[in-house]
Amino acid sequence: MSEFMIRRLLQSAIVILAMSAIVFFGVNVVGDPVDMLINPEADQADIEATIRALGLDRPIGEQYLFFLKGIWVGDFGKSFIFGQPALQLILQRMPATMELAFAALFLSIVIGIPLGLFAGLRPESNVSKGIMAGSIMGFSLPTFWVGLMMIIIFAVELGWLPSTGRGDTATFLGMTSSLFTLDGLSHVCLPAFNLALLKISLVVRLTRAGTREAVHQDYIKFARAKGLSSRRIVGVHLLKNILIPVVTVIGLEFGSLIAFSVVTETIFAWPGMGKLLIESILVLDRPVIVAYLMIIVALFVLINLVVDIVYSLLDPRVRLKDQGA
Amino acid sequence: MSVAEDTLEKTSSQRDGSAVPTLVVENLKTHFFTRAGAVKAVDDVSFSVKAGEILGLAGESGSGKSITGFSVLGLIDPPGRIVSGAIRFNGEDLVTASPERLQDLRGNRIAMIFQDPMMTLNPVLRVDTQMIEAIQAHRKMDRKAARQRAYDALEMVGIPSPGERLNAYPHQLSGGMRQRVAIAIAFLNEPDLIIADEPTTALDVTIQAQILHEAQALCRRTGTAMIWITHDLAVVAGLADRIAVMYAGRIVETGQTDEVIDHPLHPYSVGLLGSVPSANKRGDRLNQIPGMTPSLIGLPSGCAFKARCPRADDHCDATPEVIEEMPGREIRCHHPHRQEAGA
Amino acid sequence: MTVEITQQSADADAGLAITQEETAAAIETPFRRFVSEFLESRLALGALFTLGAIILAAIFAPFITPQDPYDLAQVDILDGRLPPGSEAFTEYTMWLGSDGAGRDLYSAILYGLRISLAVGITSGIIAIAIGMSVGLSAAYIGGRFETFVMRIVDLQLSFPAALVALMLVALLGKGIDKIILALVVAQWAYYARTVRGSALVERSKEYVEAAASLGLSHARIMFRHILPNCLAPLIVVGTIQTAHAIALEATLSFLGVGLPQTEPSLGVLIANGFEYMLSGKYWISVFPGIALLITIVSINLVGDQLRDVLNPRLKR
Repeated sequence: MSEFMIRRLLQSAIVILAMSAIVFFGVNVVGDPVDMLINPEADQADIEATIRALGLDRPIGEQYLFFLKGIWVGDFGKSFIFGQPALQLILQRMPATMELAFAALFLSIVIGIPLGLFAGLRPESNVSKGIMAGSIMGFSLPTFWVGLMMIIIFAVELGWLPSTGRGDTATFLGMTSSLFTLDGLSHVCLPAFNLALLKISLVVRLTRAGTREAVHQDYIKFARAKGLSSRRIVGVHLLKNILIPVVTVIGLEFGSLIAFSVVTETIFAWPGMGKLLIESILVLDRPVIVAYLMIIVALFVLINLVVDIVYSLLDPRVRLKDQGA
Repeated sequence: MSVAEDTLEKTSSQRDGSAVPTLVVENLKTHFFTRAGAVKAVDDVSFSVKAGEILGLAGESGSGKSITGFSVLGLIDPPGRIVSGAIRFNGEDLVTASPERLQDLRGNRIAMIFQDPMMTLNPVLRVDTQMIEAIQAHRKMDRKAARQRAYDALEMVGIPSPGERLNAYPHQLSGGMRQRVAIAIAFLNEPDLIIADEPTTALDVTIQAQILHEAQALCRRTGTAMIWITHDLAVVAGLADRIAVMYAGRIVETGQTDEVIDHPLHPYSVGLLGSVPSANKRGDRLNQIPGMTPSLIGLPSGCAFKARCPRADDHCDATPEVIEEMPGREIRCHHPHRQEAGA
Repeated sequence: MTVEITQQSADADAGLAITQEETAAAIETPFRRFVSEFLESRLALGALFTLGAIILAAIFAPFITPQDPYDLAQVDILDGRLPPGSEAFTEYTMWLGSDGAGRDLYSAILYGLRISLAVGITSGIIAIAIGMSVGLSAAYIGGRFETFVMRIVDLQLSFPAALVALMLVALLGKGIDKIILALVVAQWAYYARTVRGSALVERSKEYVEAAASLGLSHARIMFRHILPNCLAPLIVVGTIQTAHAIALEATLSFLGVGLPQTEPSLGVLIANGFEYMLSGKYWISVFPGIALLITIVSINLVGDQLRDVLNPRLKR
C-alpha cells in the first residue's frame, strides 16, 4: 500500500514539474519574456531594473530554477493590473469558483441520478427516450451557447432569475458563501445549472447504463422473489450498487467542473478564478495566468491522486494487484 | 419461539388437508414476444404439487423449466407474458391476481431459491439486512425480533456461528454458505411452496449432497411443497417424490420418481437417463441424444422431439396429446417405450 | 477490417475456396452494406443531408449571399441592428436581421461558417496525421518507446481537452494559427490512443506476420497493411472530434481568447451579439448560435451512426 502511495506521489510530482516546464517555456521561449512578464506600461529604467530583478539576463536553465523556487514558496510575481501577488488574487477568487462547482456537482447528482434511473428502468418509454435525447443534446451543445439561451429565457424574457454576479453572501461555520442567502441562491441557480449540464448528461448515461445492467442481475430478481416493494428494490438494492461507480466518476470530474467554470463564470459574470483568468488573458496579465495554470494543474493532479488512492482502498482487486507487485 | 418449532405445529394441520394440492398449474402458456417471433418458452404445461411433496422438474437448459418457475411467482418480464392457463395456489388463481397480491405472496407464501449463490445475494448489503427486509416486507415485526428470526433460520440450515454471518457481506462467505443463506431466506416466512431453480448446480459435489439432504429434511419437517428444477436427473432421483420431464416448453412425462427413473416411457426421458453416468452402467458407452435442443421460435407442428427421436415416424407430425398411462403417470408421445416398461 | 470479416464469413458459409471473382464481389458488398446500414436511420440520413448542405453553403458562400459582409463598400452602418426581415438601405431584405456594424446576418453567418469549418477541419486533419503516426509507431515499435508515448497520451487525456486548449491560448495568445495549434494539441492524444488500440489488435493478426515474412518494409506494413484496418475507429473518432473542435473554437472565440475580430467565425459573431442580447436584440447572437448548433449536432448524429454501423461490437 505504502509503496503504491509513494509511486503515485512521485508520479504526481513529475507531472507538476513537467507542467511547470511547459508553462515556463511557453511564457519565456515562445513569446518574448520582456513583453510577457513586464508591465507594458513601465518606462525604460523600470524595464531594465525588472529584467535584472527577474533574472532575465541569466541563462535560461538558471531562470527556470529561479521560477521553480518561486513556485515552491508560492511566489508567482505581482499582477500588473491589481498590484497584488498573483497567488493571493487567485486564492481570493477561489471560494466563488468552488461554490459554483459544488452547486453544479450537487445539481448533477440530484438531477442526473433520478433521470438516469428512470431511463434505465423503463428504457422503452417515451419519457426515457426524451431523457436520452436530452442527454445527447447536453453533450453536444456548447456550454456557452446554453448559457446564453438560459440568460435570454430566464433572465431577459421571463425575468425570474438574475444572470450576473454572485448576489449577497453570508458567513456560516466560518465559510462565506452565497449559498447561505436567498439572494445568493437565486444568483447561483443559472450558472450552476449551466455548469452542471454536461455532468448531468454524463450522470444520466452512467446511471442508466448501470441500472440496465443491474436490473438483469440475479440479486434484483431475488429481491423481487422475496416480495420486496419496488421502492425498496430500486432505492436500496439497485441504487446502492450503481452508486459506487457513478460517485467515483463524479469525483474525477470535479476538476473538469472547475476548469469549465471558466466559460460559465465569464457568461454569468461570476467573480471566480475562471473569470479572472479570461480577464488576465485579455489584458496580458501574465503572472496571474501562470499562477492560475499551475494551480489548476496541481488541482487536477491532486484530484486524480485522491481518487486513485480512495479507489485502491475501496476496490479489493486494485489492492491485490498492488500487493502482488 | 424458533422457526422450526413454529412451523412444526402448522405442518400437522397441513398434512391432514393434503388432499387439496398446494399448487395446481393447468395448461400454462408463457410466451416471449421477440422481434424474431413468439418464443413459446412454456407451452401447455400442467402439473400439481401437494404439501410436503417434492416435485422434480427436469429438462435441458432452454426447455422452459425455469420460466415455469418464474411464471408461478409472477416474475415474467416483458417481452414475456403468460398467455393462457391457470396457476391455482391454495385455490387462488395467480394468473389473474393483482401485482400487489403477487408481491404479497412472493417471499411470504411462495419462495424461490436461485441457481447461482454468488449472484443472488446483493453484494453491497449485509446478510442481516437482506434477511430482515424479507421478514419485514410481509409482517409487522420489530428489527430485533426479525433479526432473532433470521438467526434461527441460519441455525436451522446448518450455518455455524450465525451471529457472525449475519454481520458479514456476501463476499465474505463461501458459495455453499451463501446458498444456505438463500435457503434460510426462502424458509424465513414459512412458505407453503418453495421453487428451487437448480440451487446446487453451481456448488461442489460434497456441498451439493449436504444441501440436497438439508432441503429435503426441511420440506418433510415443515410440510412445505417444493418444486426442484434441475437438468440433472441424478440429483432429483434421490430427492423428489415425483418427476416431471420437460422438453421444448412441454412436460413430456410425469410420474413417481422410481417409476420414471427405472422405466422411462418417453424416448426423451430414456435418452436423458442414458446420458447419466451411473454405477451399474460402468464400462458401457454413455448414450447421447443426437442433435440439439430446438429453437423455440417457429417450432414445427407435431412432437418437438421428433427430429432427435429414434422412434419418430409420420404419426409424430401430429402433436401428441397427454396420455394417462396409469394413475399419476402421464406422457406425451405416440411411441412410448411400453415394452421396456413392461419387461 | 470489414473486408476481412466478410471474406472469412463467406468462406465459412460456403465452405469453399474463394475464387478471384468472388473476392471482388466480397470487397464491394461491405461498402454497400455499410451505406445501406447507415441509411437505416432516418435521423442520421437527415443529419447527413443537413451537413452536406452546410458544407456546400460554406464553400459557395460568396455566390449565395446578398453581400460580402467584410467588404466595407457593401456594408452600411445605418443598417445596424435591424431586426429579422427588415429592408436594408442596400435594397434587399435582411431575413435574419443585421449586426451592430450593419452587416447582413445571413451573409455573416455563411462567411463565419467557412471559418469555423476551416479551423475545425484543418486542426482535425493535422491532429489525425500526428496522432495516427504516433499511435501507429507506438503499436508497431512497442517496448519503451510505446510505454513512454502512451504515458504522455494518458497524462494529457487526464485533462479535459478544453482545458488543454485554454492553457495553450493563455500562453500563446490570439490568432488563427495559434488556435489551430491549440486545437491540434488538445486533440492528437485521442487519435493516438484510438489508432494504437486498433493497431495493436491488427498487429497480432496473421496477415501482418505473413507480410513481414514476405520481406515487406516496415513502413509498407504499417501504412499499407495495418493502417487501413484502423481506419474505421479513426473515422468515427475523427467525426466526433471535429464537432468538438468546432465547438471548442467557438467557445474560445466567444470568451475573446480565440479568433480575432479579423477572422469572424461563428463564435466571434455570437460574442459580438452578446452585448446586445440583454437589450432584447436577441437575433445577433441567436442566429449564428443556431447555425453553430445545427452544424455540431448534425456532425455528432452522423458520427454516432457511423460508430453504430462501423463498430461490430455494438451491433445487436
